[in-house]
Amino acid sequence: MGMTISQKILAAHAGKDFIEAGELLNCKLDVILGNDVTAPVAIAEFNKLGLKQVFEQDSIVLVPDHFTPNKDIKSAEQCKIMREFAKKYGISNYFEIGQMGIEHCLLPEKGLVGPGDLIIGADSHTCTYGALGAFATGVGSTDMAAAMATGEAWFKVPESIKFIYYGKTPKWVGGKDFILHAIGDIGVDGARYMSMEFTGEAISALSMDNRFSMANMAIEAGGKNGIIAPDETTLAYIKDRVRRPYKIYQSDNDAVYTRTIEYDVSAMEPVVAFPHLPENTRPVSEAVNVLIDQVVIGSCTNGRIEDLEAAASILKGHTIHPEIRVIILPGTQSIYLEALRRGYVETFVEAGAVVSTPTCGPCLGGHMGILAKGERALATTNRNFVGRMGHPESEVYLCNPAVAAASAIKGRITAPWEV
Amino acid sequence: MKFIGKVYKFGSNIDTDAIIPARYLNTFDPHELAAHCMEDADPDFPNKVKAGDIIVAEKNFGCGSSREHAPIAIKGAGVSCVIADSFARIFYRNAINIGLPILESPEAANAIREGDEVEVELENGQIRNLRTGELYKATPFPVFMQGIIAQGGLIEYVREKSRQDSKGEV
Repeated sequence: MGMTISQKILAAHAGKDFIEAGELLNCKLDVILGNDVTAPVAIAEFNKLGLKQVFEQDSIVLVPDHFTPNKDIKSAEQCKIMREFAKKYGISNYFEIGQMGIEHCLLPEKGLVGPGDLIIGADSHTCTYGALGAFATGVGSTDMAAAMATGEAWFKVPESIKFIYYGKTPKWVGGKDFILHAIGDIGVDGARYMSMEFTGEAISALSMDNRFSMANMAIEAGGKNGIIAPDETTLAYIKDRVRRPYKIYQSDNDAVYTRTIEYDVSAMEPVVAFPHLPENTRPVSEAVNVLIDQVVIGSCTNGRIEDLEAAASILKGHTIHPEIRVIILPGTQSIYLEALRRGYVETFVEAGAVVSTPTCGPCLGGHMGILAKGERALATTNRNFVGRMGHPESEVYLCNPAVAAASAIKGRITAPWEV
Repeated sequence: MKFIGKVYKFGSNIDTDAIIPARYLNTFDPHELAAHCMEDADPDFPNKVKAGDIIVAEKNFGCGSSREHAPIAIKGAGVSCVIADSFARIFYRNAINIGLPILESPEAANAIREGDEVEVELENGQIRNLRTGELYKATPFPVFMQGIIAQGGLIEYVREKSRQDSKGEV
């Protein structure tokens, strides 16, 4: 009996040759991540241990991205806790404002995560790095604290669901639509505690930016991790980025899967998730009469350069609907700079959008675009729970960047081919 | 540990934004968080919840973000225990790590109603509905997790482990 790629990575980090779903393991970690919301809690817990040093300075990554640039005094205090901790314990991978980005855009870009890594992050979207063929999963602050002290964490070996995407991908359809389609199919707890492994010719043809969007939302189906086996696209991306040894794993042909689900992408449309769960999906053509107040393009799901490229290609030469506010958030400083160089920022501003510095901001109702009672946003973010972007009686619809840009022009949810 | 408490009942997919909205995450003070506990699922909850009360929910309780502020808010509000048909993975882990008692029991989640008084025995996972007299059994924790619970949370567990490993030297 063989193992899945996820099981192989866990086994290697537990010093074992073979493991099965359900086993409990203690594993050595390659990367431990925290942000300005979760790290202060972890630091308070870590301090209870009374240690003079962290287990390994270079494996800890701290990114102030949620409520930054500091939205209020309390947020400033939280960031200060993290900044002072980084200084005191010599954490080299602390990214100050001006260097930082949305953590799950930043870490791959900086080459801090690579194939075969075992990564935990005190942020649920840590599963993003599975796009590189790593095992990456979200944990809470106390797990982060314990990992900073020991370099280890315990895991229950997950079962796996294999998703095979086949067929030729239509224009305006991408990773965001693939993953929303799967969440709509299996539900927000359809992969609870499980690995979601994405394969098939449509995945092979997918760019890294699109793969990150997919793996990012595995948690929205309850998944422990989302993973795509490394290929030429992965290797081209990590070349000149990842500077430490990495290892390529592939699932065995006789690996055991709980379920195998196949999707033909050739007839797929961009997908829109209606409030208040990411599983409430519809093809965009069945969503086109929904009026909106705000459009958000960005986040750890869709704040990368290809996402901005898709939005810019639609907004170029157009004017945003007069009753719509459009907020665009490049994921990192280098993505921001690249968008400037390519003229996307000019396109956005000329169309009537605002372009923010990198921040999670409105995605979690933090700042930079909070909704009032009764308002409705269309966003390229990852969650549309009650109150997610502001008032408990506001609404969030989720989509890809092309749909968001087209909708910004029309003032209602719009298919990209309509503009 | 044995608790008796009044039940507040919630549905499926109660996410961490409903348990503690992100607009309050600029602090991790348990009392401040408790003042907004479950606010977006039931705005009156922070006012009416009393020490010892019990939350009973349906499937996938605590889905969404990894914020430990969610179990911290519930614990801070004085809730003695959360019983659900099932828990989202990170919430489950976080609750154990910070010492918030949780029990997974589909039959209890299905049968218990809002306002019921229930008695929970944590060690053997028995849940008794004092209104109906019915007895439900929760899924037992794996032995490894019982170790964490017995130590009072993950940090205590790590402290004890490093004490044993280093035989006193820090």
